[in-house]
Formats: sequence, C-alpha cells, structure tokens
Amino acid sequence: MTLLSARGLRKTYGRGDALVRAVDDVSLDVEAGETVAIMGPSGCGKSTLLHLLGGLDRPDAGTVVLAGQHVDQLGERGLARMRRDSVGFVFQAFHLMDELTAVENVELPALLAGRPPRTARKHALELLARTGLADRAKFLPSALSGGQRQRVAVARALANDPVIVLADEPTGNLDSAATLEMLRLFEDLHQAGQTLVIVTHDSRIAATADRLISMRDGAFIDETRLTGGTTGGLARLAGLDD
Amino acid sequence: MGRLLLISRLALRDLRHRPVEAVLVVLAITAATATLALGLVLRGVAAGPSYEQTRAATAGPDAVATNVPAAGLGGVLDQARKAGAVAVGGPYPVAGVVMRANGYTAGVTAEGRDPGLGAVDRPLVTSGTWVRPGGVVVERSFAVALGLRVGEQVTLDGHSYRVTGTAVTAASPPYPETGFMATPAGVGDSPGLVWLTRADTISLATPARPLTYTVDVRTPDPAALAGPAGFNGPWTSWQAISAQDAKEISNEQLVLDVGGWLLGLLAIASVGVLVGGRLAEQTRRVGLLKAAGAAPGLVAATLLAEYLALALCAAVIGLAVGRLTAPMLTSFSFFAGLSAKPAQPPLTAQTVGVVAGVAVAVAVVSTLVPALRAARTPTVRALADAARQPKRHALATRLSARLPVPLLLGLRLAARRPRRSLLNAATVAITVTTVVTVLIYHAAKGQPPPGMTVVAGAPPANPMSQVMTVLTVVLVVLAAVNAIFTAWATVLDGRYPAALARALGTTPRQLTAGLSASQLLPALPGGIIGVPAGIGLYAAVSNGGGLTLPPVAWLVAVVLAVLLAVALLTAIPARIGAGHPVVGVLQSEAA
Repeated sequence: MTLLSARGLRKTYGRGDALVRAVDDVSLDVEAGETVAIMGPSGCGKSTLLHLLGGLDRPDAGTVVLAGQHVDQLGERGLARMRRDSVGFVFQAFHLMDELTAVENVELPALLAGRPPRTARKHALELLARTGLADRAKFLPSALSGGQRQRVAVARALANDPVIVLADEPTGNLDSAATLEMLRLFEDLHQAGQTLVIVTHDSRIAATADRLISMRDGAFIDETRLTGGTTGGLARLAGLDD
Repeated sequence: MGRLLLISRLALRDLRHRPVEAVLVVLAITAATATLALGLVLRGVAAGPSYEQTRAATAGPDAVATNVPAAGLGGVLDQARKAGAVAVGGPYPVAGVVMRANGYTAGVTAEGRDPGLGAVDRPLVTSGTWVRPGGVVVERSFAVALGLRVGEQVTLDGHSYRVTGTAVTAASPPYPETGFMATPAGVGDSPGLVWLTRADTISLATPARPLTYTVDVRTPDPAALAGPAGFNGPWTSWQAISAQDAKEISNEQLVLDVGGWLLGLLAIASVGVLVGGRLAEQTRRVGLLKAAGAAPGLVAATLLAEYLALALCAAVIGLAVGRLTAPMLTSFSFFAGLSAKPAQPPLTAQTVGVVAGVAVAVAVVSTLVPALRAARTPTVRALADAARQPKRHALATRLSARLPVPLLLGLRLAARRPRRSLLNAATVAITVTTVVTVLIYHAAKGQPPPGMTVVAGAPPANPMSQVMTVLTVVLVVLAAVNAIFTAWATVLDGRYPAALARALGTTPRQLTAGLSASQLLPALPGGIIGVPAGIGLYAAVSNGGGLTLPPVAWLVAVVLAVLLAVALLTAIPARIGAGHPVVGVLQSEAA
C-alpha cells in the first residue's frame, strides 16, 4: 500500500541568474513499512525534498499525498495537524530544547497534541526505554552525548505514533559509534513496521534501506532496490559492526 | 589613526547596512532616555513659584477681611486701626454673581476697584490691561480653568462684559482655593475671582444679594500675624493664605515627584529589556566578526563606536522630548495663579549628565559585555550564541504540561527568560499602580465633605487632577512602548523554540496565542500587585488623609483593561513571530 506519494514536485529559490532549482520535477512513492534512503552530495536538494514531503515547506508545483491526504492543498493549520499527527521529524542538529530534560523533550509533541500529561509522560518513558535511554530520562541535552541526543530526537519523533518518520541526515553530527547506535535503532523501527524516509550522504546509512534513491541538482538520477534493509545484519553490511 | 579610521568605517558600514535595526535601537534608547529626562525634569520643578514671590510682586496685604457686610464695615476698620495698621486698601465693594463663559457656569466674587492701584494689594496684570468700565479682569488661574483670553465676552448675572486682562494677587489663594476665604453666599465653595470698576460692581448688587466688602491692611509687624494678633472674625492673615498656597503647591509637586519616580522606574525597565535583547544579538555578531579575522579588541571597539553614536543620538532626542513634554504637566496647574510664570522645568547639567550617562551605559553594556564574553568564548560557540542559554525552570515545565497548548507555550517561553518576564511584570505593576492611585484620588474627590456645595456647570477646579491625568497618559504610553519592545524581544529570542514547536505540529494560531500568553502571564501578577501598590502609594503620599477606595469592580476593570491592552499590543509582534518560516529558522540555528 502506498503511504506517501509525490508527483512533479518543484521548489526554486532566487530569480533570474540566481535561480536555484532545489527540487526539480521529483516523483516518489513510499510503501507502508518501507525504508527509503535518499542520498546525494550537499546542496543537491534532498533536505528540501524532505521538508516538502513533511509539510514543513510548500512546493512551487506538484502534489504530495500522505495517507490519503493532499498535503499541498492543506492550509497552515491543516499542515500543522498533519505534522503533529502523521509525521515524525529527526533533524541532523537534533533540535532538542536545551532547557528541557530528555523525557520532557520526548513528551512535548504529545502535549502539543493535547494528550493528558500522564499519558504523554508514560509513553515518553516507554519510547526512551525503547531507544535505550531509560536511565537518561531526566538528563538535560547538554549532559548527553551526540548519539544519545539523536536517540532522544528519534524518541520524540515517535511520540505521536506517526505514520512516517522523516530523518534529515540523522548521523551527520555523530561519530562512528553513535552512527552504529542509530543504525540499530532504525533497524528496530523498520522491523516494527515503521515507514522511514532517511536523507543522508552517508553510504553506510543508505545501505541499510530497502530502497536507495540518488539525487543530484534537485532531481532523482538513480534508484536501487536493496535487500540489506530487510534481512538483518545491516551493520555488518555497512561495515560498522565490531 | 589608521585603526580609528578602520573602526569608524566598520561601524558606519554596519549602520548603513542595517538602517532599520539602527533606527529601532535609537527609538528604544530614546524611549528610555526621554522617560528618564522627563522624570528628572519634573523632579526639578520642586523649586517652583511661591506665595512669597507673588506677595512681593503685588504689594500683598498682611491681612484681608472678606465678606464684610456694610453694617460691619465700621467695626472692621476700627479693628484694623486698633491693631496698628500702617496702610489700608479698600474697602472694596464685592458682589457675589454667576458668570457664564466658554460654556461654563461659575460662581464668582466680583471686586470693585479703581483704575489706579492703591498701596496695598496691587494685582499684577499678566495680560491685557487693568479694569475699565464694561471690562472685567480675571484672576489668572481661574482664566486658565475657563480657557478665557483677553478680548472674549463673559456675562455676570446676565450682563455682558469684555475680558480686558488677567492678573494675579496675593490677597487670595489662586483658583480653586479661593473658597478658603469667606465669600458671599450663593457662589459655591470654589468661586472665581474677578475685578471690575467700582461702579460696575455696585450695579450688580441686588436686594437679594447685597454688596459685601473687602479690606486689606498692612501692619507694622507682619510676622506677628502668625498668631491671633488682634485680628479675628472676617480676617485672614497672609500666613494663612501662604500656608494654603504652599499646601496646594506641595500637593502638585508631590504628584510630580511621585510621577517622576514612576517614570524613572519605567525607564529602568525599558533599559533592562533593551540591554537584554542587544546582548543576545551581539554575542553572535561578535562571533561572526571574530570568524572573519577581527581581534577581540577591534571587535569591541567597533561595536562600541557604533552603539555610542546611536546612544548619544538617542540621548539628545530623549532630552529634547523630555524637556518639551514637561511643561504639559505644569502649565495649567495652580502655579498659574502665582506671579512667576508657570513653572519652567529646568534642564540642569545633572539631568543632561544622568541621561547621557544612561545612554552611554546602555551602549557600553550592550556591546562590551557580549564583546568580552565572546572574546573569552571560542568563536564557534559565540557563533552559536552559546553564551546565552535559556534558563530551565522545572516547576514551570511541570505546571505547563497540564495547561492548554497556548498557555503551555506561553509559560515555557516566559520561564526561559525570567529577568525579562520580571521587567514585564514590573512595567505592568507600575502602570496599574498609577491608574489605581488616580482612581482613588478621584473617588475621594468625588465625595465632597459635608456642607460643601458645587455650582452646576462649574469649570474644572482640580489642577492636580489634570497633572495626574497627563502623567498617567505619559506613563501608559511609555508602558505600551515597553510592552511592544518586550514582546518583540521575546519573539526574536523565541524564534527557535517557536519554529521547533511549529515543526512538531503547533498551529500558527496556537503559537500566536502562546507568544501573547508569554507576555500576559507575567503581566497578570504585575497587574494584581499594582492594585495594593496603588492603594499603598496613595496612603503613603496622602499624609494620613482619608482613604476612599473606588468600587472593587473598578479595580478589577483596571487590571483586566491593562491585560487586554498588553494582549492587543503584543498581538502584532506575536503574529509576526508565528509567521517566521520554520525551515529557515531551524537551518540557521543548526548552522
């Protein structure tokens, strides 16, 4: 079943000679439970594409349908609700609130969705346990390592049980050990049936996906269906396991 | 020389590159310096005109007998002779009549005078000419209250007269304190004072309202009149008139003094908000300059030069605004009834020094602190503005989790910057304190003491109330400017958490409401504190006078109105803040 479908997406910045085609006529289908990696050099438009897919930005042209909902036709309020209820974002820079503890960061989307505080806290603690951070729940981000912060960010992305998680360079700021931790976490999510779209320029991360799409100058140039993403042993395949 | 040139060029280029920001900085510092200048100038009015000046300028009497019936005149003159009077003015005929002018109806005492002035009580004509047939000279503070000018027509008991002049006298306190002296019946408790020719005054007398007389005397030992000293009955000593004047003047000066302090406190709050906002922006800018290869010393000097220029500009404008605004608070007061010109607020070297000093201090703190901080901070951390981390407030975080989304966002945004929230609360508290004090004053004035009568349609007889009203307007305007600056600082500072909240699914409307709530939440306790503070301030400055509280509904309405004003004033910055592009903000924070 196609969960996410994008057709003819375009996004440009600037005018005249300074015109930049960040996303240029991109079409994409993502099946439920699938992990798709989008890979390309810096500035090729992959982050912009992710923002368009998740309703963080609006395309100049094209359509995006997520779980039957036309994202490009939604108003600001509708987009906010969609981001809140259907999409989980993981950013390269983590984007955690520095003044909130790990568990407070994770429960925030649920509170913003109007969930009761106790339910939100309980679910946040479960998610932190699932990401291996049960003992770090009351730590501030400044007291966590980069890998731990990114796992908190992943837990936060899952707070409202989204239909899809969009990760933008999730290992871009991490060392090898932390990257391995993230690989395992994404593998767990994948096996649990979570749909994932991961933007990366790290081939080791890309190798863990079901499908790898290469992007350059705003357009898809290649698409490869991989097996590693669904057969386990991903870290070994990526050359990161001990 | 080369270094100075480089610093000047860098500073000038930055100002030209960001003119809007430069104008905003000048406006913000101007608001603070103008407030401070106004407060200081008003405090300097303490040495205003006095009764003694008027007494010297008008050959003021040592004692005055008023409202003396014709039958009692002999006795009064005999009394003066026995007391050793060395000069006598009068007896002057006085008619109690009703004057209509400029839409007002007022009781007046019309005193009959000769065209030539005598040795005692020579009213000082401040505009126009002295009495002549068919003309009326109006006591100056009464003329100010009526809005009367020379050449205008008035009626006295239906007879038309032309205003030939205005004058001041020491034989009576200025309007509206004229009722302090004995006055003819039927003219109310605060009659105005006018002078006519003797013939015109006599023509106004009726059998129902016969003439009474005024007698002024000079004595060999005026100081001895402080006690009974042989005068009683209709007599009023110059000391009694002086004391009444001094009481009214000190009341007005007390209002100006308290107003000056409140304005000064608001100025401090403005400066606090301003400096806090600048600190946040400059740390990052210092990081940028350092990354471009500038040494910390050069960076600090460049920023300082830039901000000193802007701050000194703002200081000059602020002083001018304060100086020009101050006369509005003193020109139509009781002072008009005294011989000196309405108190001209002094602009002393001390005031100029303090205002310029504050402006320079704002510039120095806004630039040197972040420059020094950034000089000690690695460039990368300075670029990330790591020197200014938000505060964690565990209790606010826990409490906010139970609140609706806008309040959750508002409480957390307010808790991130507790000092700014405190300044916000202080601004609202000062505003509510002022309004409550004025309300109590009016509640007390709205209930005249037993036996008092007021002529229907009388002109405004309360210069202190006018001073309070103008002071309140100035305070409220400045508080409004403060509210906008505070909201704007919160919006700028909260760009990142706001963008993150939107990325996590907060709607623009929820975010707008949240940003407004971040201003309203500190404003609420500020408003509530302002009510008892206003009552306390009034009790403290009323010298133990009776405290008549306005209805509780009024006090609640004041707090609600101020909160509503804060909500409206912060709505536009909040709406702009909620509209910042999410991706752009998150990417700039990640950079």
